[in-house]
Parts: sequence; C-alpha cells; structure tokens
Amino acid sequence: MFKATIKSLLSRKLRLVLSALAVVLGVMFVSGSFVLTDTLQRSFTDLFSSAFANVDVSVTPKAEKGKQPEPLAPQTIADVKAVPGVASAVGDVQGSARPIGKNGKVITTSGSPRFGFNWTGTGDEKIRDGKAPVADNEVVIGGFLATTGGFKVGDDIALLTLEPKKTFKVAGIYEYAGGRDSLGGELSVAFTEPVAQQLLLGKKDVYSGVTVKAAQGTSDDALRDAVAAKLGSGYDVKTGATLAKEQADQINEGLKFFNYVLLGFAGIALFVGIFIILNTFSIIVAQRTRELALLRSMGASRGQVIGSVVLEALVIGLIASIVGLAAGVGIGALLAKIFSSVGGTSLQLAGIGVPMSAVISSFAVGMIVTVVAAVMPALRASRIAPVAAMREAATPDRPLTKITITGALVAAAGGTALAFGFNQASLPLIFGGILVAFVGVALLTPILSKPMVSLIGRLLSWSMPGLLGRRNSARNPRRTAITAAALMVGISLITGVSVVLTSATKSIEKLASGQLQTDLIISGEGQMEGQPATFGRDVLTKVEKTDGVKSAFGWSQDGVLQGEDQLFAVAVTDVSALKEMFALKPKSGDIKPLRDDQVGLPEDLATEKNWTVGSTITLQLAKGEPRTYTVAFVWSKSQVLQGAMVLPESSSKDFRSDQIGQAFAQVTPGANVADVQKRVEPLFADNPEITVQDRSGFVKQTTSQFDTVLLMIQILLALAILIAVLGVINTLALSVIERTRELGLLRAIGMRRAQVMRMITVESVVISVFGAVLGLAVGLALGVATVQALKDQGISELGLPWATMAQYLVVAAFVGVVAAILPAIRAARLNVLDAIAYE
Amino acid sequence: MSASDGVAARAVDVWKSYGSGDAAVTALAGVSVDLEKSRFTAIMGPSGSGKSTLMHCLAGLDDVTSGEVWVGGTKVTGLKDRGLTELRRDKVGFIFQQFNLLPTLTAEENITLPLAIGGKKIDKAWFDVVVDTVGLRDRLTHRPTQLSGGQQQRVACARALVSRPDVVFADEPTGNLDSQSGAEVLGFLQRSAREFGQTIVMVTHDANAASYADRVIFLKDGHIVRELLSPSADEVLDTMKHLDSVVAVPHV
Repeated sequence: MFKATIKSLLSRKLRLVLSALAVVLGVMFVSGSFVLTDTLQRSFTDLFSSAFANVDVSVTPKAEKGKQPEPLAPQTIADVKAVPGVASAVGDVQGSARPIGKNGKVITTSGSPRFGFNWTGTGDEKIRDGKAPVADNEVVIGGFLATTGGFKVGDDIALLTLEPKKTFKVAGIYEYAGGRDSLGGELSVAFTEPVAQQLLLGKKDVYSGVTVKAAQGTSDDALRDAVAAKLGSGYDVKTGATLAKEQADQINEGLKFFNYVLLGFAGIALFVGIFIILNTFSIIVAQRTRELALLRSMGASRGQVIGSVVLEALVIGLIASIVGLAAGVGIGALLAKIFSSVGGTSLQLAGIGVPMSAVISSFAVGMIVTVVAAVMPALRASRIAPVAAMREAATPDRPLTKITITGALVAAAGGTALAFGFNQASLPLIFGGILVAFVGVALLTPILSKPMVSLIGRLLSWSMPGLLGRRNSARNPRRTAITAAALMVGISLITGVSVVLTSATKSIEKLASGQLQTDLIISGEGQMEGQPATFGRDVLTKVEKTDGVKSAFGWSQDGVLQGEDQLFAVAVTDVSALKEMFALKPKSGDIKPLRDDQVGLPEDLATEKNWTVGSTITLQLAKGEPRTYTVAFVWSKSQVLQGAMVLPESSSKDFRSDQIGQAFAQVTPGANVADVQKRVEPLFADNPEITVQDRSGFVKQTTSQFDTVLLMIQILLALAILIAVLGVINTLALSVIERTRELGLLRAIGMRRAQVMRMITVESVVISVFGAVLGLAVGLALGVATVQALKDQGISELGLPWATMAQYLVVAAFVGVVAAILPAIRAARLNVLDAIAYE
Repeated sequence: MSASDGVAARAVDVWKSYGSGDAAVTALAGVSVDLEKSRFTAIMGPSGSGKSTLMHCLAGLDDVTSGEVWVGGTKVTGLKDRGLTELRRDKVGFIFQQFNLLPTLTAEENITLPLAIGGKKIDKAWFDVVVDTVGLRDRLTHRPTQLSGGQQQRVACARALVSRPDVVFADEPTGNLDSQSGAEVLGFLQRSAREFGQTIVMVTHDANAASYADRVIFLKDGHIVRELLSPSADEVLDTMKHLDSVVAVPHV
C-alpha cells in the first residue's frame, strides 16, 4: 500500500507541485516572520549592549507615579563620587534635539531617536574631525547626522530643542568604536554642558543622570548596591547590563507585536491555503476514484485507502514545509536587510539565525494544514463502493442540501460570535467569528454558485467557446465554489477594512464641515519620540493679532493621573473660543472661562466616572503637588475632544511642556482664508515642525494615514490573494486534465486553439469574478458591522468605497485572465489523437 | 494534381511510420486509394493493419511520413494546425467509437456544435431532415447523460452530418453499442450515403458492420490487399478469414 501511494504520487508531479505551492507560500510567510523578528531582536540586543558598554552603573532620578522626574542637582554627583569603589562619576544631560537640514526641513529618522547631550569627553564618542565644543555656540555632531544632513566642520547647523530654532557652529564630528557613524541610526548632537542643560532640561545646573565607572576590583553589582545605599530611595540605580536589557526588552516587546501581526496575516494566507489543498485533494481523489476502487476490490480496507490519501498529504506537507522553511529563511533575511537599510536606519544586523520557533511552527503548520485538508476527500473516497467506482469514473453530483444547511448554521454561529465580540470588544471573539463566518459562507457558496455563475457567465458567453466555458464553470458547483471562496477571503478582508476607513474619512470630513467652526488649524507633526512639536505662547499671541484673524485659541496637552487612571487633559487658553469653534453645547453648567481650580468634562467621561457639576477631582499633573479641581461644566456628547478634560490655562505650568501643542483660529467674516493663512505661516518660520492648515488640508492630512494603512493591509493580504490565484490555476489545470477527451473532441471537430484558450479563460474569469463578488458582499457586511460597532468611537458616518470595490472587481477579472494562461496553453497544445484516446 | 470530380478523398502513396531507427514501426506502406463521392466505404483489417492510421491521416488528425492526402479540393498534406483545424471543421465530419459528446451541452447544442464553433448559420431545413432521420426529435433538449448509448451515437452521427462535410469519418461507430442500436446507426449511415449523397468512410473490424457498405477495402500490414463491392456479411467474414494467407502485395 505504501509503495502504491508513493508510485501514484510520483506519477502526478504537476498536481503535486501545484498543491504543495499553496502550503509552501503559507509556511514561508510564517517562518519568514519568525526569522525576521528574531534577527531584529538580536540586532537590537547587540545595539543596546554596545550602547551601554561604557556604563558600569547609572543613576537616574526616580519618578513618582504620574509625575515627571525632577532633574538631579550637582550634589548628587558629588555624593556618588564619595562612594568607595567609584572610579569616576559624570553627570549626563540628555534631551530631545531635532536638527534642521540645509533645505530648512527637520531631518527625520524611521524610528531611531534624535537627541542632544552634554559633551563630557568621557563617553563612547571619539572626535573624528575638528574639536570638542568650547564656546556656547559650538556643537559636535554624530557621523551619521553629518552624512545624512551633509554637514562639515565649520558649517552652521540649526537645532530645535525645548526652545525654538537656534543656530550653532559644527566644531567637530564624532564616531563610535570601529569608526561607526552611529549605534543604530540615531541622530545625535552634543553641546557644552551649560547649553545642554538650558536647551535640553530647561534649567541651569541640573542633570538627567549620572554615569558611574567602577574602580579596579569592584564589581558592577557591588557598586550598584553601594551607590543605592548611599543615595537612598528617590533614585534608580542600575548596572549598564540591566539598562541594556531593559531597553532591548522594550524594543523587543514592540517587535513581538509586529511578529503577531505578521503571523496573523500568515494565518490568513494559510487559511486560504486550506481551501486550495482541500480542493486539490478533492479533485485528485475524484480522478483517482477508479484507482482507489481497484485497490479496494483487491482487498485494501477502507482504512488503508484513507491512510493512502493521508500519507500522500503527509508527504506533500513535509516537502512543502521544508521548502517553505527554506524560502522563509531567505525572505526573512532579505526583509531584515531591507529593514536595516531603509531610511538610513543603518542598524548593525546580527547574523541571520533560524530560531527553533520558526522550524517547529513551519512543520506543524505545513503538515497539519495539509493533512486536515486531505482527510475529508479521503473519507469520501473510502465510502464509494468499489464496483460503482470502477464502472463510472465520474462521480455524480451529490445533493447540496446538507452542505447548505451546515453552511447556514456555521455562518450564523460565526455572525453571533462576531456580534458578541463587538459587544464585549473582544478581539479573539471578533477574529474567531470572522473566520467561522468565512467557513460558513464557503459552505454556502456551492448553492450560490448555480445562479451567480450563470449570471456572471451570461455577460461573458456571447460566443460558443464562451458558452462552453460558462457551462464548464457551472459543472461542478463545489469545486467552483471552493476556488471562489478562497479568493473571497482576501477580497472581503480588504473590502471590510476599506469600508471602515472610508467611513472614518467621511466622519472626519463631516466633523470638519459641521462641528469644527475653525478656519485654520495649527499643529505640530507627531514625533516618534516624546510629545508632538509645540510652540511658544508668544507666537499664539502674534497669531491672534494677525490681520484677518477674528479669534484664536490653543492648548497644551498632557496625560494626568486620577487615582490609578491615566486621563488626557488639555489646558485651554480661551474656553469661550473653544466653545464657539468646536460648537460645544452644555449638558450641565455653563461653558465659560475656568477659574484656576475648575475643570470642564465631556459627557461620556462624566458619566463613566459619575462626576457632576460641583464634584471635586484630584489630579496629579506631571509636576508639582496633586491639584484639586471642581467640575464647572459638562458638555453634551461631541465628536471633538473625545475623552479629554478641559483644564484652565494656568494648569499647563505643571505639564511636561508648558508650550502650545495645537491652536485654532477663525478669520473675520469676509476675509479670505488662504490670504490669512499666508500671513500666519511666517510666524512659524522658527518652528519648521509646525504646520498651518485650512480645514480641508487638515482633513486631508488626518485621513492620508488611512491610505497608508490600507496599502499596508493590501500588501500583507496580497499573499492570501496570490494563493487564491494559485487555487484558480490549480482547479483549471486539473479540470483540463480531467476533460482531456472533451478537448480532443472539440479540436477534432474543428475548434481552433485560440477558441480553446478563450473557453478556458472564460471559465477562469467566471470563477474569479464570482469569488470577487462574494468577497465584496461579505466584506461589505463585515465593514458595515464594524462601523456600526464603532459608532460611539467617532465613526458616525457610513461610507462605501464604491470606486475601490469596482477596482477589486476589475482586478479579479484580470486575475482570472492571468490564471487561465498556463492551463489554456496546456489545453490548446493537446495532441488531438492522444486526447481523444485519453482514459 | 487535385482530387478530380467524383473523388471525395484520396491518398497517394502514403507512408506512415512511428519512431525511428531500429524501433521504427511502419503503419502504412505506400497506400494509394480514391474514395468516391456519395459512397459508403468501409476499411477493414485485423488490429495493427493500419486501418485507423489511414483514417486519421485522411482526416487530417495525423500527418503522413511521405505521400499526399487530399480531401475535396484541398491538399491536406503540408497544412499547418490552423488549416487542419478549418479542414476538420468545414470539410470533415467525425463519429467516434466512444460517442464523445460534450456533457454540458444538450443534444441539439451538440449537433450544431461544429457550426457554432465556425460561427456559421444553421440550415434549419437540413437540420430537421437530419434530426428526423436519426429519430431524435423528442430528445433534443436532453443532456448526454440522459440518453442511451445508441441515442448518444445517433447524436454524434447527426453532428457529423449537419455541416454537410465532404467526408464523414466513422471510427468503429458501433464498437460500444448493442447489436440493435448498432444496426440503427449503420442503417442511418447507409441511408445518408444513398439518399443524401453523403460520402462516408468507416473503419471497422466487424464483418456485419462492413456489409452495410458499398465498398469494403481490406488492409494488412499497412498495405491494401483486397477490395469488395457491396458484399454480404458472409463474404466479408470469408475474406477476413483468408486475409492471413494473403501475401501482402502493394495494391496498385
């Protein structure tokens, strides 16, 4: 039996390759994700251990909960120096510093930090060109900043720090051990100590930490304990190794999430793969019915027949897993290379390794998926009576009643799970519900395929080959349905996301045109590190005084701590202007300027916390002692300022940054918004990170990120769709083999090759378009359900992406044409005489 | 040289061999034959005699190693795939042993398939004549799976005739039928030649089937060795029996 299985496998190489390919692609995605994240994790671990190589023990001020740590006084350094076993203790000053390029734009990185520090000469940095900074207007810059921005010794360089743009002279350029420009693509600059303290910490004579080196014979751990004992609580004292590990762990936590996202998409691809393999095995088993019946009639048991099919699946799964794993390692390595070089991150890559998780998951996933997909056809094959199978090769159409009822039940179960998932905001329930619903819809597709295929086919069958192609696609509803269902999965997910994003865009547009009564919106680009860019109150005053501006207000924003809860607060310069421009309506109390001890609340927050006008709330701001506020007003549900409490302007003194984060302006009636915008823009010449936009520009900027999200999801789902296309090719190729004699007959009675190809192409396009139509319908339902569920989260409008959906339909038709190419060529090339004689 | 009037298909010194070198097998060794218009010709011979190969070569389904084949006024030898396809579509009709109908099409659609493929109009009057002759009037909307073997083969016959080809080639048309259905099909082929003037060439190894023909050609080892005109089944059987003792000499 084993020998017969292997022989039969080898005699069908093409089918083998086609069905294995789906598994290979899925496994490749899985192992590639593991290899990529593993390589990046080890690279970051290396990076941080070299970044802290020079640190034996580090002392930083401990932050009280919800508060920003107070910088260290010079006394702390002196205290540390006095600890026995300390060889040196150097005060560090570090803070955000963003360099401005020669084109006037702020230089950005793709995630690596941009910072400034005090030049001590004792760190890892070694001057490569020029000299250390001595004068207040001198800085030294990292080699990577020098190459990225094209700076040389003697050049001017403008920097944004806690203060607006300031220009310095490049006194020197430094590098790290081994001549490296940077440790991990960071852009750094060093000032003289007093300048660093003023610009980075905002105060004279304070430090952000102390770097301690141990004397000969003192271990890092012993030194840490000695320093901690001397300083008492109020300080975080850690060894360099611990710090390196902590920072690496933090990055790796993010990478883990990234890995989960990739694995999620790999899971979708594999889910689609199951459809393809299931279909392939169904067709192969159907075509082998005679062979299996012969084995049965010679005394093979049902178990042996099932075993033979499952064994075949195991062999395919094993080979596919090995190939997929190898391809995954290649793809993972390639992606890691791209990741490390993109946008000049210049992350020093650790060697590519194959983590155990990649190997185990590859084999588990590849084998399980294949075997699961093969068991059903195997069971069916074993049930056919040997004599019946040998008499008639073609299995008759089985009734669709059972499968349809099952499908309806499964789809209903999936829908219910989905509804519960939305209700409880439980992601596992939502995703599980979607997957189960997919299976249900897939089971329903055979019954749908009859009317739908004939409808779609009618549009394409104006000629005889077209008619034949259409009839062929309606011939085996199960086969057509599963092939189409595989395509449905990818298209419906994209459509669903697209519906949600279109609705979000529409909601924002509605918001901007309805509730936002502002003409100009002034905001800083969200930075990767820390808070978004801010600007000074004096600039806001200048905006208010600009010709054509009727009124303007701004706010500082920060997180505040209420008990254990982190809440979001804005300290508003002019509550009346806020009320007018955001069209806020009072729910209770009057929306009017707040006293220093008053707070305004949105309705949902007040309800959630059970606060009413007159309640007192104690908040811990980033600095200072906790403050107590009395609720002055609650405003009715609004789409703007969701979940944010409004604090008086004076509270911003205890925010991390006292500067303005966002500002809004109304022009005087009759004034031209564009003209006023032109007059306001120059006020921000020293703040290149701040943009002044009119309402439509703001909407465009806010919604443009949705396009990026959609593009990312499309790219990640492309593999699932590619696998589905393979499925179409597979089904067609197997059908061509199955219908060899018919093709021979058609050629014998005078069908031209081009006509044969057209016939196959029509069949392919009908299947693809059927899959796309299903996908669009299911995606629409998913999207609408999600939008309904998110109604309270700000997506108030339902927008349907008709144009995008039409595009998907066209792409599906095109995919159908492409998928038909190889099977059609094969069909057209058949030798007529051999084909007619084909058994 | 062209096929002269009165000849529907012609083979001139046709050689056909498969393989090369020592493994070469000669299926046809210089066969020359004229197949007259409006006649029902049967080609007989034991298996391996080359009778099917001869038919395939005449019908443009297979190429010849040397020699020439003509169908109607067209020289088949040397035609490319497109030309051969059009020849088969417009000038030749086929009836196969295994019915070979398209399961997705109704009987009527199967009958008119060659016309539909060629984008030609259906001659309704002729279609009616053919359908009534094969007795399928009440079966036109049925699918092949709903028809008996005999009915299926009659659909195939109607399909071969409906485009009024120069020649209808039938390859063991009764091989898969019971004697009753076989007789119906053969009777129909005979009538087509006599009443409609349809040229028919049939390959068979069944003496009874051959007895329906106007002319029977006997093949052995790739040569034409005998020929009978309007023979009875017994005469055919007798000839077949003695074919073994006949020395294969090229028939001129």
